[in-house]
Amino acid sequence: MYPKQSVVAMLLAGGQGSRLGVLTKKLAKPAIPYGGRYRIIDFPLSNCVNSGIEAVGVLTQYQPLVLNEYIGNGQPWDLDLMNGGVQVLPPYQRNRGADWYKGTANAIYQNIDYIERYNPDFVVILSGDHIYKMDYSKMVAFHKENNASCTIAAINVPINEASRYGILNTNPDGSIYEFEEKPKKPKSTKASMGIYVFTWPKLLKYLKKNEEDPKSSKDFGKNILPSMLKSGEKLFAYDFKGYWKDVGTIESLWGSNMDLLNPNVELNLSDESWKIYSRNPVLPPHYIAKGARVQNSLISDGCNIHGEIDFSVLFPGVQVGHKAIIKDSIIMPGTIIGDGAKVQYTVISEGAVIGDNAVIGARPEEMLNKKDWGITVIGDNISISANTIVKPKSMVEHNIFGG
Amino acid sequence: MRGNSVLGVIFSNVGDDLIREFTDKRAFGSVPFGGRYRMIDFPLSNMVNSGINKVAVITKRNYGSLMDHLGSGKSWDLSRRRDGLSVFPPFGSNKGDFNNRMEMIYSIAKFIKDSNKEYVLLSDCDVVCSINYADVLNTHIQNEADITLVYKRGVFPQKATRMMVFSLEHDGRIRQIRIDPKLKGECNFGINMTIIKKQLLLDLVYGCISNSKIDFDKDILQKNVTKCRVYSYECTGFNQVITSMDSYFEANMKIIDKESRNELFHSKAPIYTKIRDDMPAHYGLSANVKNSLVGNGCRIDGEVESSIIFKGVKIGRGSKVSNCVIMQDTIIGRNCNLNYIITDKDVTVKDERVLMGFRSYPVYIRKSSLV
Repeated sequence: MYPKQSVVAMLLAGGQGSRLGVLTKKLAKPAIPYGGRYRIIDFPLSNCVNSGIEAVGVLTQYQPLVLNEYIGNGQPWDLDLMNGGVQVLPPYQRNRGADWYKGTANAIYQNIDYIERYNPDFVVILSGDHIYKMDYSKMVAFHKENNASCTIAAINVPINEASRYGILNTNPDGSIYEFEEKPKKPKSTKASMGIYVFTWPKLLKYLKKNEEDPKSSKDFGKNILPSMLKSGEKLFAYDFKGYWKDVGTIESLWGSNMDLLNPNVELNLSDESWKIYSRNPVLPPHYIAKGARVQNSLISDGCNIHGEIDFSVLFPGVQVGHKAIIKDSIIMPGTIIGDGAKVQYTVISEGAVIGDNAVIGARPEEMLNKKDWGITVIGDNISISANTIVKPKSMVEHNIFGG
Repeated sequence: MRGNSVLGVIFSNVGDDLIREFTDKRAFGSVPFGGRYRMIDFPLSNMVNSGINKVAVITKRNYGSLMDHLGSGKSWDLSRRRDGLSVFPPFGSNKGDFNNRMEMIYSIAKFIKDSNKEYVLLSDCDVVCSINYADVLNTHIQNEADITLVYKRGVFPQKATRMMVFSLEHDGRIRQIRIDPKLKGECNFGINMTIIKKQLLLDLVYGCISNSKIDFDKDILQKNVTKCRVYSYECTGFNQVITSMDSYFEANMKIIDKESRNELFHSKAPIYTKIRDDMPAHYGLSANVKNSLVGNGCRIDGEVESSIIFKGVKIGRGSKVSNCVIMQDTIIGRNCNLNYIITDKDVTVKDERVLMGFRSYPVYIRKSSLV
């Protein structure tokens, strides 16, 4: 028997994140590097630990290698525990055949056994594609107080953006009377953050019921929540205030990294009381050379900087050559930027090599036609030879040889 | 060489008397170095990188910060069921005041005897270097040596005490050991890394203790230099012996240099240390950093030149920090000017302060001081 864990968290980390293009070619979205020394999944994992949740199931499916290796035994998050800890849960074969996870609800359904062995009162459902700091224990307390079946975390969004989200329409007491997925005419600005607290016996009941419905797409937002609402269950919205960003697109991933450089954005990663933990190689401190100039940037261990860096985020072990210029860009671990290269408004993935004097991306104000402008993306382990020009908005998946 | 036949023994307090300012509140092994490390990281990482996976760390006093740093040994992959890291604070029956290697070894004689290793590697924490002990062991075996002592060829370190100088035969055998001789110019001096067969070590130590002889260098090494086969191994590559505040400062300044850094931190033999989950260093609008090493978690808004900036340091706008070693979590306010200064942990320098040392006399500011 496993000792009881009152709260079990289930982290949905199987999504492909196709809108991130080449960045997720070999990587599940939650494993994407963020903020100079983190991966996206560090946020929900650290939030769990900081909230006192000690049993976390991570559901993986798409390109799990890097993610599995990264999570490992959970030690960086103090989740290598005797009772509980982190457990990676891939789809598996059973005596009546094997199945991929067919939807978010189905993924949880397939892992009922994992949840049941802790005999929990509540299950927290999380996703691996948001950057935010949140105390889930407060949300669980709110859920308990209201004696709810399900509580959904909600954030206020501008009314003109509300039609991009799942919108919660609530009564004055916070209970939800309607759930609208991407409404054309939103009635409220409370957007679902994709974070749910369920009373476990209730969720179990609806998971089983939903599984029997052949027409269901086995999704929380589309099926489980509407079905609970229809049956008269108590659903509440939990208002969250603070920084929260979906990093599902290149623009939002870039923007969220840039937010770390903005003193007016309330995302503080050096807060001792709510640390974000991560797994990193041990590298020496970074070196800034004589001719270098670094401003408004985040620089990580093991970097060697000889060029000019402005408004950029550099991950561990990045090498920047003499007279190279990096502006408004994100350079992921181990990438090498040659002498005199110019990188602007670009995201470069891990282990890429940019040749001398190459020009990658451009500033929006340099463009004749603003429509041609966008963030440039270079895939992992891509080589770009010297003097090459890579146009803005391009997504480079293959090596480029010859100028 | 995984799971090899060597037991590592590290003396974390030898050297405490050399830089009393640092060791007032900590063991020499936990003196911060190079932006993110502690002195003990070097012998520990070198041992682990050489395949040694059973290490004893002997402490004598002020071992709080050292214990905190080592933890279970996880950061060095030494948290294991078989073998792993063992830390030995002073042991009851030994009156708690043993202060030399002989008595320290004697105090853990049972642990050494019970280990299933054939050799013992003894090391202090006062040398910053990257050395492959597997290679030292191979040389030891090839020479059919009883004892192998690692040395450095160079000018005798200043202010050093109890230094051994070796006279060598052509084949590397040590003919003579002198302790603290008056010398000028280059010589071969020992850097207190010793490989010796376990049984021989125990026999020699038991023999000495029963005769009330407690000087490891004199009564074991010097006395047996002709009786035993004592060989030498030269430590080449980057290495800095730290014997004083000046040499500590010089060693820090040296690793700013690219060649030294590449030798000390090459990717095949990383130097491991305890992880602290700081965010990357944040450079502000008016930051201007040249020729410096900077750790994670720093917030830099001022000018920095030719300095080592440890983790979590804050340097305010308009301040200028040159030729300094600024240890972790130091806070330097606005419009300060620091030159040739070593600040220990958690120092606060208020706005507009001017602190000046000189290359040959870097000024040290104690842990948690307020300037």
